[in-house]
Amino acid sequence: MATLTVTRPPFGGFSFENCKRNAVLDQDANKLGFSMPAARKTGTTICGVVFKDGVVLGADTRATEGMVVADKNCSKIHYISPNIYCCGAGTAADTEMTTQIISSNLELHSLSTGRLPRVATANRMLKQMLFRYQGYIGAALVLGGVDCNGPHLYSIYPHGSTDKLPYVTMGSGSLAAMAVFEDRYKPDMEEEDAKQLVRDGIAAGIFNDLGSGSNIDLCVITKGKVDYIRPHDEANKKGVRTGDYKYKRGTTSVLSKVVTTLDLELVEESVQTMDTS
Amino acid sequence: MSRAALLRFSFAKRVKMAATASMMPCFRQQITSRNDMVPDWTSQEVSTGTTIMAVEYDGGVVIGADSRTTTGAYIANRVTDKLTPIHDRIFCCRSGSAADTQAIADVVTYQLGFHSIELDEPPLVETAGNLFRASCYRYREELTAGILVAGWDRRKGGQVAHLTLHLTIHLYTHLYTHLYTHLSYTPTLFTTEKVQQIQTFFMLAAQLNLNPVRDISRCSSAFSVNARSRKFDCRKPTS
Repeated sequence: MATLTVTRPPFGGFSFENCKRNAVLDQDANKLGFSMPAARKTGTTICGVVFKDGVVLGADTRATEGMVVADKNCSKIHYISPNIYCCGAGTAADTEMTTQIISSNLELHSLSTGRLPRVATANRMLKQMLFRYQGYIGAALVLGGVDCNGPHLYSIYPHGSTDKLPYVTMGSGSLAAMAVFEDRYKPDMEEEDAKQLVRDGIAAGIFNDLGSGSNIDLCVITKGKVDYIRPHDEANKKGVRTGDYKYKRGTTSVLSKVVTTLDLELVEESVQTMDTS
Repeated sequence: MSRAALLRFSFAKRVKMAATASMMPCFRQQITSRNDMVPDWTSQEVSTGTTIMAVEYDGGVVIGADSRTTTGAYIANRVTDKLTPIHDRIFCCRSGSAADTQAIADVVTYQLGFHSIELDEPPLVETAGNLFRASCYRYREELTAGILVAGWDRRKGGQVAHLTLHLTIHLYTHLYTHLYTHLSYTPTLFTTEKVQQIQTFFMLAAQLNLNPVRDISRCSSAFSVNARSRKFDCRKPTS
């Protein structure tokens, strides 16, 4: 229905215009007995550890939609800048978009200052944005990186509070991972020990929390080098079927065979690979 | 004096509960068997559960806080620093919502820094208090924050100001009155021994904290901010 209104030019940021419409649709759908599709949450285990030369970030790879696994191998470690990466737990879309917005702003900021961006800057930007939306953006983040002042690790909550710590865990499996960290964390660890510790933390989350699963991704950030290991550990490999229900050729006898060739001409061929993991 | 404080506090809580009860349909009888002398906070769940304190003495202020932030029953951070520097000689003790208090503190730090550069001299504690008050009052509907502003300036020496957002847990006022009664507070009598006394008292006060946890496994760091130096006397966690 067209109405004569003077529309404002769209300014940047999120637009909440459709919330009322969604509420009405939800009501109508409930009357008919259906329910709206749930937002895809990551139901996650993410964690980070500061070691001697840098930061190790880890995440599982399961994305859930209610009680069903929506994505068996999603990537939860997002790029912010060449020296800063961010793991995201909570609503998948929120973490994805928030990290992309801040990554873009940080790149502009870095070009303006002419310097490599600092982790504290990314932290400030993220916390101010999340506070502005008063917790309605469901993004719980683990932000880590190495800058001119050394390695830094922050945990950022959806309401906009941050903590600067040597080891952090977030997500539904955070309690399991934190138990592992509290037991085995030591300051100034070597890279291999730190990777093993993060791997064990995520594994604890994967095996003890229903919302986390599949593989373990790691990201090791040191001064001048980033190692994005995906997957670091395939903790849950899909099993090989032992039986086969296919019938052998010749089970059904062929009585007659007629072949008709179709006169076709190949115009264009393009291949699009599916993610069959 | 402390009894009066307890009664005052329980009265405030009762008023709040009466207001909500009148709005809801009554399915049960009101509990009348409870003794009016026993404050209701002993049987209720505490939402923020922070202990912060600030004491003025001759030459400066001593401030302290516990180090726990919780999300529900889970401890999100057991080594939080709730004593935030706002300026060289002015600190604030944060209690309430972590996000709200961090955001307010960041805003006031910026405003006070700018103001100090304009003046070209260290800012007054009163100014910091007013800046906090402006932010806390303007957004009082949206915020949950209880803040103690403490510091030292040349004009009036050590000062403490406290801002509450009605009906947040008044833990620190409770402690304040305890301090008044138990340590017979007078500014001139304050020496370093008294500061030690405050620190031990603070440890004990943390035990009185209404958190559902019984053991004192928290860090208490007391900062002594005075005219001569910014002496940090950090105590490690007990137990």
